[in-house]
Formats: sequence, C-alpha cells, structure tokens
Amino acid sequence: MIRLEAVNKIFNQGRPNEFCAVRDVTLDLYAEHATVLRGPSGSGKTTLLAMIGCLSRPTSGRIFLAEKNLSGLPERFMTEVRRKTFGFIFQRFNLIQGLNVLENVLLPAYPLAPDHAELQQRGMNLLEQFDMATKAHAKVEWLSGGEAQRAAICRALLNDPQILIADEPTANLDTHLAQEFMRNIGKLKAAGRTILLTSHDPMVAEADCVDRVITMRDGQIQEDRYVA
Amino acid sequence: MKHFLRRQRYLIDFTVASLARRMGKNLGLLGVYTLIVFLLASVMLFTQSLRHEASLLLVNAPEVVVQRMLAGRHELIPEDYLQRIGKVRGVAAMYGRLWGYFYDPVVQANYTLMVPREHAPVSGEVKVGHAIARTRGLGLGDFLSFRSAQGQSFAFRVSEILSSDSELVSADLLLVSEDDFRTFFGIEPGLYTDIALEVRNPKEVRKVAEKLTVLLPDTRPILREEILRTYDALFAWRQGIVFVLLAGSLLAFVIFAWDKASGLSAEEKREIGILKAIGWDTGDVIQMKFWEGALVSLGAFLLGYLAAYGHIFFFDAALFAPVLKGWAVLYPKFHPAPFIDGLQVATLFFFTVFPYTVATVVPIWRAATTDPDAVMR
Repeated sequence: MIRLEAVNKIFNQGRPNEFCAVRDVTLDLYAEHATVLRGPSGSGKTTLLAMIGCLSRPTSGRIFLAEKNLSGLPERFMTEVRRKTFGFIFQRFNLIQGLNVLENVLLPAYPLAPDHAELQQRGMNLLEQFDMATKAHAKVEWLSGGEAQRAAICRALLNDPQILIADEPTANLDTHLAQEFMRNIGKLKAAGRTILLTSHDPMVAEADCVDRVITMRDGQIQEDRYVA
Repeated sequence: MKHFLRRQRYLIDFTVASLARRMGKNLGLLGVYTLIVFLLASVMLFTQSLRHEASLLLVNAPEVVVQRMLAGRHELIPEDYLQRIGKVRGVAAMYGRLWGYFYDPVVQANYTLMVPREHAPVSGEVKVGHAIARTRGLGLGDFLSFRSAQGQSFAFRVSEILSSDSELVSADLLLVSEDDFRTFFGIEPGLYTDIALEVRNPKEVRKVAEKLTVLLPDTRPILREEILRTYDALFAWRQGIVFVLLAGSLLAFVIFAWDKASGLSAEEKREIGILKAIGWDTGDVIQMKFWEGALVSLGAFLLGYLAAYGHIFFFDAALFAPVLKGWAVLYPKFHPAPFIDGLQVATLFFFTVFPYTVATVVPIWRAATTDPDAVMR
C-alpha cells in the first residue's frame, strides 16, 4: 500500500549544522496492518512518519501511496492526500486550547465545508463511540490525559481516513490509559484501518494488535520483524 | 458558490472562536481601533457637513461680486459703476450692496451688519442672528444700543430673530435698513460696499468676470465658485490641523496594531502547524487569518463610523465643534444635516481596514508555507 524507495531526509542541507535524519530507507507497508516504528530518540522514526503522512517531503527518494508518487506532489495535492488519507494523533495530543472538544474534533473537516448539521452529527457519533459525548462542550484544557487522547483520536478519525498515524501516543499516558489506547487501536485495525505508530514504549510493540515492528537507529532500519 | 460560502462560514466560525479565546486583549484592541476610527470619521464627517452646509447656503448668493480696490484695499464703490458696467451680456441683474463689520465691546465680538435686498427692516429696527440674541439676551421688542464711529448712540428695536436653520452663517448677522446703515457708518448716499451681479448661465460667469476686469480696471470680481473654493480650503486646513493633532495617537495605534497583527506568537505558530497537520492547506490558514484581520478592522470601522455619525449628527459634534467651526466668541448652534460622502467613506475604509488586514495576512504567509511537521517535534 505504501512503498518507500531509497528515502533520505537531510535537515539544514548545505549548512554547517546539516543533519541526516533518515538514510536510504526502502520499505513496504501493508494495508490493514498495524506497524510500529521503534527506536531511541533521534533514530529518525518521527521524521519517517512525517514523510509518510505528507507532513514533509523527502530530500531524495520516493514515497508511493497505492502507486501514486507522493514525494513529487505540489503542496495543494499533498494537503488533499493528507486530509483524505491520513489521520494524525500527536504525542502531546495537539488539541487547540480555548476551543471545546467538539470544535477540536470538527476542525479537520472545515476546509471541506460539509453540511453543518451532518458534520456535527458525525463529530458527536465519534465522541459517543469513544465515550466522550458528555465532554463535547467542555474546553480541552479541562480534560484528563486519557480524555484528551480520545478527543485526539476522534479528531484523527473525522474525515474517515484509511491510515491512522500516531506519534509516541502513549508517551504521556500511564499504563492503564496506554493499554486502553492500544485496545482502541486494535478496534480501529479490526475495522479495516491501517495503523502506523512510533513508540519506544515496549508495551506498544508488544500489543496484540501489532503486526509488524520496525526498529530504527541513526536514521536506518536496523530490524524489521513480523509478529506472529 | 454554496460550497465556497459554507467554507468561509466555517473559517469565520473558527476565527470568532479564536478571537474569543483572547477576549480581553482583542476587546482592548477593538476599543482602541474603534476610538481611532471614531475620531477620524468625526473630523471627516463634520468638515464635510460644514462644506456641504456652506455650499447649500451659497446657492442663493450672487454669482459675481464686484469690489472696488484702492491701493490694494477694498474701497466703497460709487453708484455710477452700475451704469459703467452697463449691459454686459448674460447678466440678469445687478445691484449695490451695503454691509460691514462692527465690534461690540460689550461681548467682545464682531457683528456683520447688512442691508438685505428684500424684506429690509424699517428704520430704527433690526433683525438679529441667533447667536447675538443668545449672547446679548435679546428678545423681540428689546432694544440694542451701539456707539457709531462718530461717537453717537444708536438704539435699534429687535423686530425679528433670524431662523436658526442658517445659523452657521447668520449667527453674527444684524440686518438693518439702508438709511440706518448709512447713518451708523457715515456712508454717503450713492456709495455701496460692493456690487452684486446675477448671471443666468453658469458657463458665462468667467467670461462676465473677464469683461468686468477690462471694463473696470480698479475693481476685482469675486466669483461664487471662488468663495466655495475658499471655504473648502479653509475647512480642509482646519481638518488638517485636527489630523495633525491626532497624528501622535494615530502613530501610536499604528505601531500597536502592527505589532499585534504582524507578530505571531509561538502559540499561534504551533496552532498553524496543527491546523496544517490535520488537513488545512496554506490557503485555508491565510484565509482564516484574513478573516481575523478583517473582522477586527471591519468591526472597528463600523462601530467607529456609527459612533462618529451619532456624535456629529445627533450630538452636534460636541468634541470638535470649537476647533472646526472657528468662531471666536459667537459660537453658532449648528446642527449638521446628516450627509455621507461615499468617496470619503471609501477613503477612511481603505486607510483603516486595509492596512490592518494586510498586517495580519502578510506574516502568516511565511508561517503557513512552512512544512507542518514541526508539530511532530
């Protein structure tokens, strides 16, 4: 489904502080699989995830999504692909402070301008699905870590993306909430979504729903292991 | 189209929610912005209505006034000049006028004394302007006493107080009979202050003036359009003075607004990154910021302009009247008629709404065109 061919990412190219975050990565990622990228800080897993999710472009190499070359697309089309294909869950949840939960959840659909009533309904359905309906009109700064996490999942799912990307999703959660998160990921995978996670939390890599664990170090793939 | 409008509505929804998050700061900005627009619009509306009023009042003034000059000074004009002017083609009527100024030491004010062409008061009576009546506490039937240049005392009985509709011009006016005027100022019969000409066709006014200059080399013709132009220049000058006085506060506001609008906080940059990461493109972010600038500046413009409209036309420009009207002692009670000049509104709109909106959009461009992966770090 996603194919990476000799992907490199160099920051500050040509300057004294030039840094190569991803080196020559070639990889195939499959649909409806849950894949974990793991490795120490600075190993390049977040940079790789950002490139796969069309948040940034590789310095060289190509990324294909179902035979479509993403790395050559102009920004507008990259945004279009990002909007329709990927849902993001960030390490610090990145909910927008001052807005309520429902407003945060609905944000990804604003540029698409769907019917207002239909959009509200869609948002409420997602919140109900993740037991967050009662918090719909609460400001996000009042939420607990677990609630903020679930609000972030709802936001990531609003445009019904095929692929869900989560960067260090359990870094700010205790064990109980981390397990709950992985259970939710399991349900989403069972519903047919492709999951891409980065984490150095062993609990994530060892979760039942995970199909594949790719270990990275110094911007390269060190180990690529399928879980039975 | 429907999709476009709905999209703008979503962006405006987000912008309003965004502005409400920093309620105090944004309300403060809106307040200062509104005050600036209010001050500017008040000055503009008031000056414009003064000009408008002056032009309305001058509609009935003669097209050409001929004044005799002696050593570069205005001199009385003999009656035989009327014959010397003779039959200039295009002149519908001509007549001598009597008017002059009188300083009243009691109230330390200058009056304009005049002999009206029609409905002149009978000898011993006077028609007075509203401001004089107010200042001297005069009512109908009261007597007004002056000492003439020859040291004689004159007492005039007030027969009428002039309508307050034209107070801007008639505030300091005293209308007397021809005999009283001549006796009071010691002007011999057969002499006039100036001669007024009425010209039927406005296109011929300049030609008539040209002929007069040739015919009567010791006179100067004054055209109505020149008086209008002078009024215009005078009010524009006063408007300029007020604007200069306001310049300091304007500059302070511009610096404040520019800093507020163009400086992106780390929080705002982070939010832009989040919005881009969840599917907004650069255009969406710029449009959202455009709405932020436009809503604040448009809101301030509308509020400021409405407040200025109320200030000028319902509260008689209480703040600026003394500076802009320019009367020293006899302040006319001037109630400007509601009048809006489209070009002026457009000018004010352009200089208030446009710069602020641009100041909000331009810096966002740089932030919005960067890759959104910063939010992943």
